[in-house]
Amino acid sequence: MRKAVEIGGIAFCLISVLFALLSLFLILFFIFINGIKVISPSFLFDFPRKAMTEGGIFPAIVGTFLLSLGAVFFSLPLGVMTAVYLTEYATSRRIVKLIKIGINNLAGTPSVVFGLFGLAVFVKLLGFGVSVLSGSLTLGILILPVIIRASEEAIKSVPRELREASLALGATRWQTVKNVVLPSALPGILTGAILGVGRAAGETAPILFTAATFYTAHLPRSLFDEVMALPYHIYALMTEGTFPEKQVPIAFGTAVVLLLLVLGINSFAIWLRYRRRRAW
Amino acid sequence: MKRESIIEILLFTVSLFSLVSLMGIVLSIFGEAIPFFREVPFLDFITGKCWYPTSEPPCFGLLPLLAGSIVVTIGAMLVSLPIGLGTALYLSEFAKPGVREILKPFVELLAGIPSVIYGFFGMVILAPLVQKIFRVPVGLNAFTASLLLGVMTLPTIASIAEDALNSVPVTLREASLALGATKWETATRIVLPAAKSGILTSIVLGAGRAAGETMTVLMVAGGAAVIPRSIFQPVRPITATIAAEMGEVAMGSVHYHALFALAAVLFLSTLCFNILAERIKGREG
Repeated sequence: MRKAVEIGGIAFCLISVLFALLSLFLILFFIFINGIKVISPSFLFDFPRKAMTEGGIFPAIVGTFLLSLGAVFFSLPLGVMTAVYLTEYATSRRIVKLIKIGINNLAGTPSVVFGLFGLAVFVKLLGFGVSVLSGSLTLGILILPVIIRASEEAIKSVPRELREASLALGATRWQTVKNVVLPSALPGILTGAILGVGRAAGETAPILFTAATFYTAHLPRSLFDEVMALPYHIYALMTEGTFPEKQVPIAFGTAVVLLLLVLGINSFAIWLRYRRRRAW
Repeated sequence: MKRESIIEILLFTVSLFSLVSLMGIVLSIFGEAIPFFREVPFLDFITGKCWYPTSEPPCFGLLPLLAGSIVVTIGAMLVSLPIGLGTALYLSEFAKPGVREILKPFVELLAGIPSVIYGFFGMVILAPLVQKIFRVPVGLNAFTASLLLGVMTLPTIASIAEDALNSVPVTLREASLALGATKWETATRIVLPAAKSGILTSIVLGAGRAAGETMTVLMVAGGAAVIPRSIFQPVRPITATIAAEMGEVAMGSVHYHALFALAAVLFLSTLCFNILAERIKGREG
């Protein structure tokens, strides 16, 4: 009896892991097998034509790069500075706790709520309109918790002896942070930034009303132009337009590009992290 | 010396930014929701059983949308809770270290798949399959959405629960094994109870993630704003309603403010999930 429960229990756990892996592979398999035949140089580097039924997705690729890099550009300095304050400077436990409550709740806020916040504040109140800028700022706040947590972990893992040695040599606290702690924590901080790019590139709901558009005839010329974006393009192809039989293959191709981009970015970050952990 | 304190003040100010953003979210969402309650009494909103925002006269009732959100969240948890815990147990208790090192990144990759991809996969592949297998009129329904949300929240539950299991001291396991307990008995009667608060946190955060997920339910749940009588009926969760309708409303109309009221409800409920998770974590110390 004990033996049977033992075997059954462990088998259930093994099946659970296999279910998770199988889900991953099934999703990737079906999307790749249908999407790969659509991918060609002209699909990647052409503009869409004939009401989205032909042509490529170049503007959506450019848009996604702009939005996610913009988000990290905005979020990285804020995130690293917050992490430095929390780990190196803060002395009051209550303030640290308060700031962490802010970060945790920000991380738990649904992405569509970020979208409405961006619409109310960046698009309307500040008058940036539906634009690259509004979308990047919204995504930047969305990924702030990712950046802060990764930076915090990276800064904490810098050995204390390094700080003490620097302080003992007469360096000030800021000199120690700038010349000793941050350089050693840099790989970890970069991992966080990369994860942030990956997260921002895949988000749809926050850019629905702040940045994305189904079609533009030209690439954005300024930060105040609206853009096409890969995730929104998939959604729009599936829900708008009048030729589903021609749009679904394009959506498959777009999904392959988005998956390669996001999974590529994430794998790189995961690999960096494992390598770093082994090094210490 | 002065430079040092300026830097400290600067860092402190910047680190308040996430709190300020959170307050900005609260103010902007609730601020835009208030005009709605001037038009529609609060009680009518939270007890209303119909959602016809564009008919004449319009009807703004929360219940069908809330029911949609609750159904898919519970459905998702029924999938992700057992499988997520099983995955966590396997990775932390039964897998050999080498196997674990290989498997863990894949679970992390599953977490990285964008939600619009899940929605797309659900529309073109899973929904037709569900329709055929269960012989239901539409494949885009609460069941399909729950299944996908379950897979999406699985990595959240698995990774947080695994961290909790891992932080249980090895000595507890060794004591149990030394007393003659099997590996399974040790895992379920010693390690799981010891990691209880972390496991609860993972469940609460997983449920919060499922309730706040937008693109998947927008594309897959079917979009019917009615209180469902079966799991195979289409539903329209709160998140999907906001995303679907915000693109079409006139700025400043009652409908526009109604969507912000929905966002306020959504924000408050995920806030409850977060506070609950915080409490559970805090109790452990």
